[in-house]
This record gives sequence, structure tokens and C-alpha cells, in this order.
Amino acid sequence: MKFGVIRFPGSCDEVDAQLACKRFGEAVILWHGDRDLQGVDAVVVPGGFSYGDYLRVGAIARFAPVMEEVAEFAAAGGLVLGICNGFQVLCEAGLLPGALLPNTSLRFIFRQVELEIVSSESPFTCAGDTTPPAPRLSIPIKHTTGRYYAPDAELARLEAADQVLLRYAPGENPNGSLNDIAGVCNEARNVFGLMPHPEHAVDPLTGPTGGLTIFESIRAHVADGALV
Amino acid sequence: MRARVLVKPKAGILDPQGQAVERALPALGFTGVRNVHVGRLIELDVEDPGRLPEMCQRLLTNPLIEDYEIVETDGAGSSPA
Repeated sequence: MKFGVIRFPGSCDEVDAQLACKRFGEAVILWHGDRDLQGVDAVVVPGGFSYGDYLRVGAIARFAPVMEEVAEFAAAGGLVLGICNGFQVLCEAGLLPGALLPNTSLRFIFRQVELEIVSSESPFTCAGDTTPPAPRLSIPIKHTTGRYYAPDAELARLEAADQVLLRYAPGENPNGSLNDIAGVCNEARNVFGLMPHPEHAVDPLTGPTGGLTIFESIRAHVADGALV
Repeated sequence: MRARVLVKPKAGILDPQGQAVERALPALGFTGVRNVHVGRLIELDVEDPGRLPEMCQRLLTNPLIEDYEIVETDGAGSSPA
């Protein structure tokens, strides 16, 4: 399969994301000013500080030419994974519900967190094991603006529709996210955003490899021909 | 037309920045201060002020998490003291 990783001015995790994707298929970098998605099966919107994160995190990146194509791709059922800043961009673009607010501590947090897969019914978590006692994923976070927020009614709807795919394990919530939410998908389940960085957790040389589950899920989903 | 857009966290959403300021004031002897919220001020010269609400909705604010107020001021290009 073929992944495409977007590079905005200010992105900083696109190379790690590309390397992680390459473990499971081909992976190309997509320039923010281009409109050609090069026939990829899945788009990764990576971490970093797109367009300097001026005004609000992700607020300006969402207007990048490539994001118009990503919106069309998503509307047609294409898989889109947003990591950290990419999650923020997808929320600002309205491709995912909710928003990310400053951490309650107001501090930049960089540490390993333990995560629980809430639902494996998605292209991004289908390779995950949710049978109790389900193994946790150990993946690093590094952000200042990662407190997931959605209005009460929206939050209830997300929970009811099983759109919360990842939660910080009990006692692990690092940033004040509502309902310990670490990652959510859209209603159609083909767009997923998470604050932790799975692309930094794929090589035993540097630590736990919980991130592999996310990329392996995408590969398995695409290999099954389930892609619209 | 010179305009100011005042942006603040939506009521009811936890505002740790406002809380931090609120906690700091008594340390300097400023007691009796409550409900502190920290927002953002955007000043701009605009040819058609009628388009300001749309600008606020689409870029200047995120209506999901922020409230805003548009204040039109006199004196294009200058910022009243």
C-alpha cells in the first residue's frame, strides 16, 4: 500500500512518520502547496508546528491547498490519520469533532503514556487487542495543546457512537482531556486523530513499539480491500 | 475602518491561564479578584466591517471554544490609548 505524509512549513515529525509508514508499505511526502495526493491509500497529517501555529494551533494549516484535497479524499472514504498537530489541524478543518485546548498544567509535556484501545472497530485500531485484560499501548506524547474538548452533547454522541478509539489509561491523563480521550475518529470512521505519537514508537531500539498497532491496522485494513 | 476583535475562552470551558493569573494576583496584594479569563485581541483595518463576523467565524476564532466581540473604533491605523 501507499502512504502519503504531508509536510507543512513547520512540520517536524513527517520524516519519522514516513519511516514508520515504510515498515508497512510505500510512503511519500506530500507538499502542503500541492494538490496532488499521488494516488495514496492513506494520508498522514504529521506533528509539528504547521505555519508556526500562529493564531491557534492548526488554524492556518487547514487552509493549505493540500488540505482541500485531503477533505475531498476523506469525503470519498479515504483514510486520514492526524497525529498531534495533525489532529489539531483536522479538528480545525472540521474533519474531526471537537478541539484541542492548552494542557491544564499550561506546560509542554514530553513523556511516555499508557493507552487503552477503546474500540478496534476502525481502520486505525483493527489490529489492536481489546479482549480484557487488553494490553496497553505505550506511546510518547509531546505537546502543549492536547486537552481534548467537545461540548457535552457532542461528547455524549461520540461516546455513544463508539468514536473514541483511544483513551489514556486510568490515572494517565496528562493534559486534562475530557473523558481521558487520546484519540477520536469521525462518524464514518475513516478519519482518526490522536495526540500521542505512534510514529515515535515503532522501533525496539528506542523503546516500546505500541505505535506499530496503528500503522499495522491501516495496512491490514487496506490489504483487506475495505478501502472505498 | 479600524476594528478590534476581542476573543475569549467560551464560558464554562476550563481556562487554566485565567486561573493561573487569578492565583497570582493575591500574592501581590490584589485581593477580591475573581473570574479572570485570558483571551486575545486582534486589531485590524478593514474596508468592509460587514464581513467581520464571517472572518471571526472562519479564521479569527474557533467558535467551538471561543466567544468573540467586535468593537469598531475610529482612527484607522492608530490604536487608541
